[in-house]
Amino acid sequence: MTDISQDPHATPARRIKWGRVLDHAILIVGSLFMLIPLLVVLQTTTTTDIETIKNGPELLIGTQFDDNFMKAMFKASGFSGENTGTSMLINSMILGLGFALGKIVIGMMAAYALVYFRLRFATFAFWLIFTTLLLPLEVRILPSYEIAQKLSLLNTYTGLIVPLIASATATFFFRQYFRSVPEELVEAARIDGAGPVKFFIDILVPLSQTMIAAMFIIMFVFGWNQYLWPTMVTTEEGMYTLVRGIKQLTQDLEGTNIPEYGRANMLALIAILPPVAVVIFFQSWFVKGLTESDK
Amino acid sequence: MKRAGFTTRWLPILLLLPQLLIIAVFFYWPAVHAVQSSFFLQDPFGFGSSFVGLDNYRDLAGSGEYIKIARFTLLFTVLVTFFSLGLALLLAVKADNVIRGARSYRTLLMWVYAVAPPVAGFIGLLMFNQSWGPLTEMARAIGWDFKLGVNFNDTATAMVIVSVWKQVPVNFIFFLSGLQSIPKSVREAALIDNRSAVGRFWDVTFPLLAPTGFFLLIINITYALFDTFGIIDTLVKGEPGNNPMTLVYKVYVDGFRGNDLGGSSAQSVVLMVLVLALTVFQFRLIERRIHYT
Repeated sequence: MTDISQDPHATPARRIKWGRVLDHAILIVGSLFMLIPLLVVLQTTTTTDIETIKNGPELLIGTQFDDNFMKAMFKASGFSGENTGTSMLINSMILGLGFALGKIVIGMMAAYALVYFRLRFATFAFWLIFTTLLLPLEVRILPSYEIAQKLSLLNTYTGLIVPLIASATATFFFRQYFRSVPEELVEAARIDGAGPVKFFIDILVPLSQTMIAAMFIIMFVFGWNQYLWPTMVTTEEGMYTLVRGIKQLTQDLEGTNIPEYGRANMLALIAILPPVAVVIFFQSWFVKGLTESDK
Repeated sequence: MKRAGFTTRWLPILLLLPQLLIIAVFFYWPAVHAVQSSFFLQDPFGFGSSFVGLDNYRDLAGSGEYIKIARFTLLFTVLVTFFSLGLALLLAVKADNVIRGARSYRTLLMWVYAVAPPVAGFIGLLMFNQSWGPLTEMARAIGWDFKLGVNFNDTATAMVIVSVWKQVPVNFIFFLSGLQSIPKSVREAALIDNRSAVGRFWDVTFPLLAPTGFFLLIINITYALFDTFGIIDTLVKGEPGNNPMTLVYKVYVDGFRGNDLGGSSAQSVVLMVLVLALTVFQFRLIERRIHYT
């Protein structure tokens, strides 16, 4: 709503528009509400643990950032000494990228089969696949865990990633998109003698680039941020992801030793940065993917 | 299916196979397993199980603790949904209004989308730290002795605040994109008809946003029921004790910690039915939307 409902007799020159000031005030308060918690984390990564324990977050920037960063990346806190920040960062990357890639490849293949082929059991396959949208992993978490155990997938990357892929969000998204692709395209391709594989790889995939990018961002963030499933399926500290490791951090802060706020907060920061960076840098793709996939 | 589809037989089956295989093993098998084991009583020492019919469900219905948790979950869901939708709508309307700094505001208001729920909970622990947490100090300034993890209501308040903080961005993104898709002509017509901005909002903008709002309502309910697990788990530091918990958290505590597989499965089934009902409701809304748009 552009605010031109001002008094028409007023001079249009420099008049303070109080409505506009209020808009900005509300937006600034909202932005601070979102931002201040992050600043608190950021501040405590620059001071010593003793300083934080005594005074809590302050308004000054300390000098311990490098020190805390080294501790976070290379010092482990568990029994095995394997859950360093480096190892957790690598595991988070594997989970985020593996999940996004797997979901997109499998989803695109299934969506292509459903949209472009005459299949006798297409309707049945459709319902079989789309029922999975109904039940989130959280409600079937224990039986899923038992099955992962039976298939000896605990503490493996396969066990970490594949069960999370068992839902049809990407398939649904690509199905919607493929259906909006003009039909003439496939007709033209057939007349030119392109087979289904050639059409898929040479025409449909390049055409879907933007959609793939948008989906990739959303899925990467979703995979990176997984918590409950990694908590159950990984018990070896060398397999922890950053987000999975958060629980241990909260318990470390409770311990009898001096709580290592610097290390813990730095690790939280490292867990936040990659997905946030992706969302900010690819904002327009991300927003497009999000608002179009869920509707 | 497209009219001009391909007729190859084996290829589509090959393309569908990975998806079908994964959902068969990691979706249908566990779902069936959950329903099945909800009718059995597991021996606590792992020596088999015996069929008990609906006993597990009867135990749930008769358990005062379960009813209490269900009631808390309901209240929690209502509060989180209401505040995150309300705040996001306010911010989206304002962000749609301003021209200067619009991009910066948008970025500042949506980045939290990418923060994982347990990390949000971890930040909550800092903000509500007993000795120096900024929010604890603010509460103290108004005479509220805030005790996270000790006082039931205080912990519940912290859970709601952190959950709202985490959810506002999603709602903001959807509301803003809904607002920006309102045609210019409609806005201009509204401007002529209605001089007051507040009146315009309630008479024109709000009804046009209603479909987005309904859709978000379901998304937010699902979020409050399931995705807040990470927030709750970190805020109580993995030790539920006497702290408030939601139904999903209870499934986890009973099944994974307490080894009560039958009871936990029955709880899973109750949640499944709840989600199914919500989804059916959602589909009906979408159907109706297609009629109007």
